Amino acid sequence: MKYASQAVAKPYFVAALTLFVAQILFGLIMGLQYVIGDFLFPHIPFNVARMVHTNALIVWLLMGFMGAAYYLVPEEAERELHSPRLALVTFWIFLVAAGLTVIGYLAVPYATLAKLTGNELLPTMGREFLEQPTITKIGIVLVALSLLYNLSLTYLNGRKTAITSVLLFGLWGLALMFLFAFVNPINVVRDKFYWWWVVHLWVEGVWELVLGAILAFVLVKITGVDREVIDKWLYVIVTLTLVSGLIGTGHHYYWIGLPEYWQWLGSLFSALEPLPFFAMVLFAFNMVNRRRRDHPNRAATLWALGTSVMAFLGAGVWGFLHTLAPVNYYTHGTQLTASHGHMAFYGAYVMVVLTILSYAWPQLHGRTAQGNRSQVLEMWGFWLMTVSMVFITLFLTAAGLLQVWLQRMGDTPQPFMAAQEKIALFYWLREGTGVVFLVGLLTYLASFFIGVKGSPAYGEAARS
Amino acid sequence: MASFFSTSAARNMFYGGTLFSVLLFLGVTLHTESVLPQRDQRAQIVANPAIAAGKRIWEENNCIGCHTLLGEGAYFAPELGNVYKRRGPEFIKAWIQSQPTGAPGRRQMPQFHLSERQLDDLVEFLRYVSEIDTAGWPPNIEG
Ligand code: HEM
Ligand code: HEM
Ligand SMILES: [Fe+2]
Repeated sequence: MKYASQAVAKPYFVAALTLFVAQILFGLIMGLQYVIGDFLFPHIPFNVARMVHTNALIVWLLMGFMGAAYYLVPEEAERELHSPRLALVTFWIFLVAAGLTVIGYLAVPYATLAKLTGNELLPTMGREFLEQPTITKIGIVLVALSLLYNLSLTYLNGRKTAITSVLLFGLWGLALMFLFAFVNPINVVRDKFYWWWVVHLWVEGVWELVLGAILAFVLVKITGVDREVIDKWLYVIVTLTLVSGLIGTGHHYYWIGLPEYWQWLGSLFSALEPLPFFAMVLFAFNMVNRRRRDHPNRAATLWALGTSVMAFLGAGVWGFLHTLAPVNYYTHGTQLTASHGHMAFYGAYVMVVLTILSYAWPQLHGRTAQGNRSQVLEMWGFWLMTVSMVFITLFLTAAGLLQVWLQRMGDTPQPFMAAQEKIALFYWLREGTGVVFLVGLLTYLASFFIGVKGSPAYGEAARS
Repeated sequence: MASFFSTSAARNMFYGGTLFSVLLFLGVTLHTESVLPQRDQRAQIVANPAIAAGKRIWEENNCIGCHTLLGEGAYFAPELGNVYKRRGPEFIKAWIQSQPTGAPGRRQMPQFHLSERQLDDLVEFLRYVSEIDTAGWPPNIEG
């Protein structure tokens, strides 16, 4: 750590990991409800568990991005953060808003929450991923504005690098696209059309810029490769992202009442969306192979390589699997969608947040890297979580293929529930693997407490 | 990357490519908005206020947290974009009223305590959705 104000990243990282645990616990509850339908009913109905699972995911990833940004912008700009106090106040507002929202989900029926928070004044609730009460959404906008104000001033008054330019472009885009969460026409076709401007243009648009910038930052730090090389890669990656991903939104526009030309546009452009992810794999491995130093933080290197590979598999390969309109006709809204959603979110966003966390955490505590024992635990966490996510994805893919076969193909299509019962085996396997994921997460968390201060096994002495 | 490709060329490619894609996307969006009235059943929404009321009930009970609507949502319970055609209005109302089934081990749907009026609005909303031109999706009536 070079600037004292980078320390504001700490609470963001801690809160992110706490919510990560909550996310996984509720995932396991839902996974069990898939096979034991009345588990915890009526106390925690499936839809409530799902809101906690997905919203906790989104909020902790945002917390992670914010922590990453507060950490790396001062270092790149070579000056203190414009206002560390504002960053901390914003943190507490965000955390309390998120906490109250989750309590609201769990404590009262959703309809009551809608009434209590005055949803009828500006109805935005009850849409997937955007379930938060309108007041929470307004809070999110304010938190984002505070972040952008703070970071933009730091950026403008300091050294401007490709990494911070792309990061800020991504974060401004993130805030801008979120405004479409307030667009909720009665017309279901238009509602869905603009809903994707938040969801798709986040994960396959502006968030990918944040991903690229964070990855580039960590690679600069751990490999010591020339910035010029890294900057060029970064710009190529983010160009590929937006050129494919913007019109690529069309892969969600096939069957929701929009003109048929979206089947062509969406298929063509989204078929190119794996390219930026593939470029990220080449980028990460190339930089690590050409490294000019052996950074003692081996865990961070592993995360950086891992995120590029898993993002390519989850988003690139599993995304491509169902992105062409004739395929999507059969797979739309099945367990195949869920399989892709899991590996893509994990590979691209969970892992990149854990990459910067892995790099920054020891730095924030005045060390170049964690001790050897801590790093070994962290790498066990990496492998347990990553391998279980691969198997979760494979089991859901099997479930999805069977679902499509039983329910959507053949002469005697079966009703939804009948098909679900036939594929229960795969849901059990997914749940078992989910428990291994939790074990991996706990192992990972243990690495923050065990063997932290020992000396790293090898590598040069502290330099950055 | 080769040296003839400078960082500033890469940066310009990014901003230029982005601008071009944004404009193209907005252009197609404008066109889509202009032809939508022919397919999205919007005349119904104006003529029949029950649809708007029904959509609110749909949202405020978080139906999308278990079900899909035109293939989007959760995958825990059946597709409802075409449920009006699959089951008809009376079945839908009776079904909602009789939840939860309480059948041991079976997936459960909550009781939402909707009034007769609210049930009618919800059914109107589902009828409207079932009439949207979805390019032939879903592949069959089971959704
Ligand atoms: C990191 C990047 C990505 C993430 C986090 C991600 C995540 C998701 C999620 C969560 C959904 C489900 C949305 C819903 O609930 O309705 C989804 C749907 C979809 N994604 Fe991705 N995705 C990513 C990249 C991609 C890419 C690169 C492609 C194509 C090559 C792709 C193709 C699709 C398609 C076609 C669907 C719709 C599935 C359906 O019709 O049910 N995704 N994605
Ligand atoms: C480890 C144990 C996990 C289990 C058992 C689990 C289970 C589930 C279940 C049952 C759903 C609901 C599917 C439906 O709508 O019917 C779901 C949704 C989702 N989960 Fe998980 N999950 C786990 C971990 C994760 C992780 C680590 C991530 C992110 C990296 C994640 C991201 C998501 C997303 C994005 C969705 C929405 C998917 C969509 O709309 O297509 N889950 N999860
Ligand atoms: Fe998408």
